[in-house]
Amino acid sequence: MGAIEIHNLSKSYGKVQALDNVSFSVERGELFGLIGPDGAGKTTLFRLLTTLLNPDAGSAKVDGYDIKKDYLAIRSRVGYMPGRFSLYPDLSVEENLQFFAALFGVSIDESYELIAPIYKQIEPFSTRRAGKLSGGMKQKLALSCALIHRPGVLFLDEPTTGVDAVSRSEFWDMLSGLKERGITILVSTPYMDEASRCDRIALCNEGKILSIDTPKGIVRRFDKRLYGISAKNMFALLGKARMVRGVEDCYPCGEKHHLVAGHEFDIEYFKSQMKDTEGLEIVNTEPTIEDMFIKLMKR
Amino acid sequence: MRTFIVLLQKEFLQIRRNAFLPRLIIVFPILVMLLMPLIMTMDVRNVNVAVVDLDRSTTSRRIASHIEASEYLTLAQTNAEYPLALEALEEGAVDVIVQIPDHFERDMTIATPQRISITANAVNATKGGLGMQYIVQTIARTLAEMRGEKSPTNLSELVTIENRYNPTLNYRHYMIPALMIILFILICGFLPALSIVGEKESGSIEQINVTPISRLTFTLSKLVPYWIIGLFVVTIAMLVAWLVYGLVPVGSVGAIYLGALLFILTISGFSLTIANFSDTMQQTMFVMFFFIMIFMLMSGLLTPIDSMPEWAQKFTAILPPRYYVEILRSVYLKGTSIVELRTNFVVLSIFALFFNILAALTYKKQA
Repeated sequence: MGAIEIHNLSKSYGKVQALDNVSFSVERGELFGLIGPDGAGKTTLFRLLTTLLNPDAGSAKVDGYDIKKDYLAIRSRVGYMPGRFSLYPDLSVEENLQFFAALFGVSIDESYELIAPIYKQIEPFSTRRAGKLSGGMKQKLALSCALIHRPGVLFLDEPTTGVDAVSRSEFWDMLSGLKERGITILVSTPYMDEASRCDRIALCNEGKILSIDTPKGIVRRFDKRLYGISAKNMFALLGKARMVRGVEDCYPCGEKHHLVAGHEFDIEYFKSQMKDTEGLEIVNTEPTIEDMFIKLMKR
Repeated sequence: MRTFIVLLQKEFLQIRRNAFLPRLIIVFPILVMLLMPLIMTMDVRNVNVAVVDLDRSTTSRRIASHIEASEYLTLAQTNAEYPLALEALEEGAVDVIVQIPDHFERDMTIATPQRISITANAVNATKGGLGMQYIVQTIARTLAEMRGEKSPTNLSELVTIENRYNPTLNYRHYMIPALMIILFILICGFLPALSIVGEKESGSIEQINVTPISRLTFTLSKLVPYWIIGLFVVTIAMLVAWLVYGLVPVGSVGAIYLGALLFILTISGFSLTIANFSDTMQQTMFVMFFFIMIFMLMSGLLTPIDSMPEWAQKFTAILPPRYYVEILRSVYLKGTSIVELRTNFVVLSIFALFFNILAALTYKKQA
């Protein structure tokens, strides 16, 4: 039995279908990523699984407990870190931690060794008000508070949004550490580059799951040739490249444009068509999760 | 129980941390109790009077001098002609005109004299009305005095007036209980609502909602601090009323505290219910304002319920402040006991129970 099992879960807000017939399961001790743009339904799914919302249809189990029937049992077994910083800004770091420990009826000492790798980094600022911490430190405090009662399942809703690149990388290291302790983690992120740090990922968009696999498996499913192209005038290049026969898609990706080649694509023909383009470069490129995501979204 | 104490500690810690709240809780009641009774007075003073004396007799002069001597009236001008006085009234220099007709004194001795006419500017209805009454009293007293000088019995002493319970007809004694209620509404009504909506705005309520804490515990932890603060506020208000205005309850202080407790329970439960239905502080403020206007203007705090239209009088039955202001006034001025006021206490208890249950039920941990 998985730590999280979701069957045909649906939820709508008025006319907006936030979650449309979603099913998947997460194994125990797995670090599972939900990857998708804003409005994909990630937060709704988190709120359903943490029993803050009731589903319109379908069912789900967290740690073996039904989200509708056993919501009280779930609340004491999961840790939730909402996307927005939602600790008390007018309480100090230590007071926040003590408060949440007391709410779950535990003491900081009992869980200290679990949160120590994270909490130690903010401990020097333990008397500072939580509202006055930097973005990265807020995340660490929020994670410490979410872990204080030793939850079996951890829900992290866009924990790295608005956090600098170094802190983001550190944060993922911390998650790997927690995973080794046997905690199941469901984490959402809009950043495709973070997806590779998960055991498995689900690509989602507009309330639907597009694909579920390991990050490598997702990339392997990309069955087309992919080129990276660049030129002096990148914007003009985009329009021109899309007009060439055999080009299935062309879109900006980092400092290059990615070009998805169809069956009819011929690199020599493409070059001949584009010969008056100044500084044209074309190289073979490995697909990334982002390429897969764009492909799935266009289908 | 342990988690409840933790929640309570957190609430008090947050109130203390707030730069503004502790000051508001202490300074606001003192300020309101010190200033408002001085300002909110219905006694009318400085009524400017013009006397148009067409009679020019001893009697007319005596009336004028009595007006001048009155504590409430000021003799602004004496005119020979009515139109001149009317002009002054239109300009606002004069509030009331007293015209004494020609041959008034002479006619008084023989038959029914021509009547004295009084014209008042009633734009300010209270000032016009009360000013007119004062003048009628002054004239009546003058005439009675003059008659008394002629006949052996002194007519003016045939009537005695006594104002029971508020012997000096002091408007402040009527207002102070109302002010105490306004304080409760503002402090115990607004603050708990803002505190809970503040948690919604900051998002911290999300973290609370995923904990196993029951909604009753959480709601109570929001209310209890303001119950304590409310009892503190009533103490300050009573102290100021005693030290500054010498107003001490004739009845028992216990009755006032019991009523205060029930009223605070009611109003804070009411405000939490509103908070449960609003997402932003602005929303809460406006909805609260709407109800507070009704509470303040229709519960008999400022104007007597008996003089309202009948439908409005019936409506006041569902306004909680009405019951507490009755308790406060009767205990303060008449010394009425709890037993005599039992209906009011029972109704307040029902309100308190109703609104707090409603607040706990409408607090959604799930959407």
